[in-house]
Formats: sequence, C-alpha cells, structure tokens
Amino acid sequence: MKLSGADIIVRTLIEQGATTVFGYPGGQIINVYDSLYKYREEITHILTAHEQGAAHAADGYARATGKAGVVIATSGPGATNLVTGIATAYLDSIPMVAITGNVPTTQLGTDSFQEIDITGITLPITKHNYVVGSVEELADTIREAFRLALSGRPGPVLIDVPKDIQTATCEFTEQEPITPEPRQAAKEIRIRDAAECINLSQRPFIYFGGGMTTSGAQDELKELAEILDAPIGCSLMGISAIPTDYPRFLGMQGMHGHYACSMAMHRADCIIALGVRFNDRVTGNRAKFATHAQIVHIDVDGAELDKTVSAAHSMRGDLKLTLQKLIPLLQQKKLPEWRKTIEGLKAEERRTLDNRDGLTPRSAVLTLNKYLNENTPVATDVGQHQMWTAQNISLKKERRFLSSGGLGTMGFGMGAAMGAAIGLKERSVLVTGDGGFGMCLNELATAVTYKIPMVILLMNNGVLGMVRQWQTLFFDKHYSNTVLERKTDFVKLAEAFGATGYHAENLTELDEALKKAFSADGPVVVECMIDKDEFVLPMLPPGGSMDDIITKVGESDE
Amino acid sequence: MNNFTIAVLVRNQFGVLNRVTSMFRRRRFNINSLTVSETESPGLSRITVSSSGLETDKKQLINQLYKLPDVCSIKELNITESVTCELMLIKVKNDPESRADVRDAASAFGAKTLDYTRESIIMRLTGTSRELDAFTDLMRDYTILEICRTGIVSLERGSTTISKMEI
Repeated sequence: MKLSGADIIVRTLIEQGATTVFGYPGGQIINVYDSLYKYREEITHILTAHEQGAAHAADGYARATGKAGVVIATSGPGATNLVTGIATAYLDSIPMVAITGNVPTTQLGTDSFQEIDITGITLPITKHNYVVGSVEELADTIREAFRLALSGRPGPVLIDVPKDIQTATCEFTEQEPITPEPRQAAKEIRIRDAAECINLSQRPFIYFGGGMTTSGAQDELKELAEILDAPIGCSLMGISAIPTDYPRFLGMQGMHGHYACSMAMHRADCIIALGVRFNDRVTGNRAKFATHAQIVHIDVDGAELDKTVSAAHSMRGDLKLTLQKLIPLLQQKKLPEWRKTIEGLKAEERRTLDNRDGLTPRSAVLTLNKYLNENTPVATDVGQHQMWTAQNISLKKERRFLSSGGLGTMGFGMGAAMGAAIGLKERSVLVTGDGGFGMCLNELATAVTYKIPMVILLMNNGVLGMVRQWQTLFFDKHYSNTVLERKTDFVKLAEAFGATGYHAENLTELDEALKKAFSADGPVVVECMIDKDEFVLPMLPPGGSMDDIITKVGESDE
Repeated sequence: MNNFTIAVLVRNQFGVLNRVTSMFRRRRFNINSLTVSETESPGLSRITVSSSGLETDKKQLINQLYKLPDVCSIKELNITESVTCELMLIKVKNDPESRADVRDAASAFGAKTLDYTRESIIMRLTGTSRELDAFTDLMRDYTILEICRTGIVSLERGSTTISKMEI
C-alpha cells in the first residue's frame, strides 16, 4: 500500500495503539492534520488551546494509563511551545512521543518562516530525537521512538518531520505494536551482597519513587516490607503507587514530607531505595543525609547509581525482577524496637498535624477526599497546594497522582488532568493555586469543548504562596512580586469559558460546591479561599538536615 | 583528579557528535581532547575523548554515555595497556640564529619538516601528548607562529577490540 508520509505518521500511530493524541495544527503539519481527518474513525485528536497544554495532556494521559502519550505540533512556535511539556515529562521519566512538522528539507537551515531547530533545542530534554531524512525511514523511526520512550527508564522522544517528507509517498506495511526492550534483573552477585547487608540491619527503611509504578513492583514491595518488618516511605513521584492507608506506609519523604517518614529515614540503619534518584529536595544537605544508614539502591538507570548519594550497594536492574531475586535471600525479621520507634514518630506526627477548625488547606483536601472514588486521578500544579495535596490526599490505586515532581512546572495540572480524564475515561481532579491556574487556564476552553469531567479545586490565597513562604522564612518578609492582588472573579471566569464555577469561603460551602461539582457533566471550578499566611509544614530548609526541620511557625513570627 | 581516556563507538548518524558533546556540556564534564573518525565498519564512528575528574565522575560519564541511543560501545583505555598518540603541526619562525637549534630539537624528537621558507618552518610530530607538550615547550625558546594538534587517538594493545553491539 503506497501512502504519503503524513498518512504513514497517522497509520503508524494507530498501529502502535495511540488512538488518542493531543495537538495543535499549523502550516508545516497541515498534511498530518489532513490524514487525521481521513482516519478520524480510528484516531481521536484533542485540540488544545496551546501546544504546552497539549504536551501536558499527553503527559497526563501517559502517567494515568502507562501508555506513551502522543503530542503533535507544527514547526517554529508550535514546536517551542512543547518544550516545557517535554522537559516536564523528561524529568519525571514519562513516556511521550512528540511529532513536529518542519519546513521542507531544502529550506532547513535557512531561517525560513516558522523554522526552528527543535531537535537542537530538545537535545537535553529528550531520551532521543530525530529529523526524518526520507519517507522510507518514517514508519520505522516512529516505531523506534515508541520503543525508546517505553523501554528501561521511560521518557520523551521527539520526531521532527520536514514538510516534503510528509508529502512524499512510499510503500507502507502495517506491523505489530513494538515491545519494549526486555527487562533485566540486577547482577546476582550484587543482589547477594545487598542481601547480606540488609540481613544485618536492625532499622531497615524502604524508600521508593516513580520507578515503582513504571516497574509495577508493588507486590514485591509489600512482600519485602513484611519480611523486613520495615516501614515504607516514598518520594513525591511515588505517591499513589501503593494505597495511602497501607499500614506500613508513612507517606512522602523530603523537604515537605511527612514528619514520621522523614524522621524514620533519618534514623534508619539501612535504606532500601527503589526507583528513586535522591534529588536535592529529598536529601537536603547531602553531607548530613542519612549518615547512620547503609544505602541499597536499585534503579533501572545505571547513571542514577552513585550520582548524588553514594550507596553501599548499588544495582542496575528492573525493580520487580531484582526484588524477586533479592527477597528469597532475606531473613524474616521481627523488630519490635524499631516498630516502637516508628509508632513514636507517628504519634509525634499526629501531634503536629494541623487540626484547626474551619477552612484550612488540610481540611480542604480532606473534604476533597470524601468525593474521590478509587479510580479518580488527582493532578496538581506546583507550589503550596501541591504539597498540601501530596501530604493529605487519600488514594487507593497506582497512577492516580499526577504532579510535576522533577521540573516543578506551574501550569502542568490543567493539561495533565485533562489527559488523565481522557485516558482513564474517569472524572479527574485538579488541585491548583491561583498562580499555577493562571498559567494554563486557557485549557478550560478545551475541557469545556470536549465536555471533560473535571473538578478544579482552586486554592486561592492571592499570593504565590510557596515563594512567599520562603520570603517569610529566609528573606525578612520582603514580599517581592509574590502578592498577586488580582481582581479575577473565578466564578465568572469559569462561566465565561462555558464551565461552571463555585466560590467557597468556608468548609460547608466547599463541601456543597464539591458535591455539585462531582456530579456535573463537564469541568467545574471550585474556588476555595485560603489565608495567604498558611504555611506548608513540616519544612526541611533548603540545604538543611533533619536536625533543622521546621514543624511549627510561631505566632510571634507572623 | 585523574586523567582518563575513553573510546566510544557511535552510529555514524547526522548530529551524533553534537549529542555526545551536548551531554558533556550539560553534565559539566571536562573535555581535554576529542577526536572523531570513521572506522573499519562503515556505519560506525569512533570517538576518543580524554577527560579528567574523580572516579565517580568517570563512572557517571560512562553511564551517561550508555544512555545515548547512538552509542554502541564504550571502553576505558588504560594508558599502559594501549597505544596512544597524537599529531601536531607546529610553525616556528625561521631565524638564522636559531635555525640549527630548531633542527637539532626536531631531529631529537623525530619531527619531520614539511614546509621550509625564508620566514618559517612547519614541522610534524607524532607521539604521546606529553612528548608533544615537551617539544612545544622547547620551541617556546624560539618564536612559535602557530600550533595545531589533532587530539589523541588510542587503540588497546594486543588483539582485543572494542566490542561492538548490534547496530
């Protein structure tokens, strides 16, 4: 069957199972959009308001489903608008295939209209990228892109297709969807050494990240915890991989992690780190990080081993397969002393919990929890609301927490929540702030057009709260450019977009608004008012150690 | 801080050198010397890069190289177990008073004269980087007009080769 390059792109996407794609048309990708029209019965294209929203939507789709997200954009500004979305996916290891049009091959390098070197620009934020040189290699390039995006440590791959390649024709034969590269366990000898170390431990702590979801090693994780009688903690990227209420689970570790989790990790004599990369927001001052502990580090990406923290035992391998080999080598432990310590830390955490009456960041998230079912995906933007959500959200299933952990992209949530809702065919939730929502609220138009069921819980405190919190603590309350003082009426704004909006000043109003929002058809904005002086606590100051943890900000400080 | 030399076989694709050096730049690895050339296999190029850093830097560099899809094989070349050399062209002023000294030095180092004019002499020297440095240092007593060095190339001694993964 002889097809045009544009047809080959769309047919290969369908062949690879990418039946929902996100994007925005333009001059140098118009042929692909013609093919999308032609094959519209087999592939759905979601038109967003901005290419960044499309990239975040493809990312959210991938996070929620585990499939590679696909985003399509035109050359020049279309391509550059993808950059933040691609970088977000790269830092969080999310499989994504981005397809951009470009000017015809003969015009490349001549600064033509809407020409940009997008492969050059995205070199450091993709696993790999391509400029397609001929129509004959187009289909295989796309297949290879899917294979790379989904293999090992996943990530985004970009394919730049000059216009003449889209119009040229060649023979096309449909193939089976690619299979990712086979997974491998770590080397036996390393597993044995690590097992010896773990067997000697009296205070083991299991710490997992986004790699847990990618590998699907939850069963092995729980088995490991039972054998070691150990508590479990996670990074931000690990949230929702196991149920929030799993008995051994202490929650999130790090700068704003759960107190008991961070302290338990600090006191552990052995940290079994699974699919994590010891980011600075996790370790604080690396010289003072987990000084009493031997670290056993397993990751599918060898470059993450000994990158920021040197481990006593580091192993490159798939988590599931490696744990399956490690577990039989471990001795069943009973550690009543350690358990007692953990219980003490949990009691201490309960004492420091914010149990004030009325509408507080915590009570807002707890109210939201009542309306989630086990399938509801919850996305966030970045800032204080993100941490309040991470600390207090209650989730049952994997792939239900979508947050920009590595890049920390404000404006991520709107696209991500749309992509998750479409991918899972479920109502999604976005918890956002007035700052983050302001960055990508144009996508409300998209959510209305496609009647995407979404509850947008907008925590409005009138300030860029996270930066302001730092200014309060470390910059003598010089609130430089963090006070928004905008006059936006978010209820009217929602209505202007064709959505519904509610405004909540107290818990009762919030509860009522959420009740209505969770039974609506399309997107609903629920604005809830939060005091500008609310803090995210506990807080490990940047570059600090666990000894510097802030759990309370005194009244006199305010 | 140690110097180390790494040989990398890469797919001979458009932009592959950029991918490798872009990673070096982004991760802040030093490049002391870098050479690229075709190999015995038409689809492959060989990059020889020498860098310096701690043992952990070296491990990280190799691990990051492995993540580039165009990289087929990587080998650290141990100085004593490999043959390493570099080529230099050096142009010095042809001064009647120093001419004889320059010639003596060149013959001691085995440098070959490639161009000889009233004003200048171009010599070619191959050897280890250290030999080239030593010769350059010697020539500083006269007037060096221009220097051009290739960067080092290196092969392991004996019949072992850098193993090739499937292309």
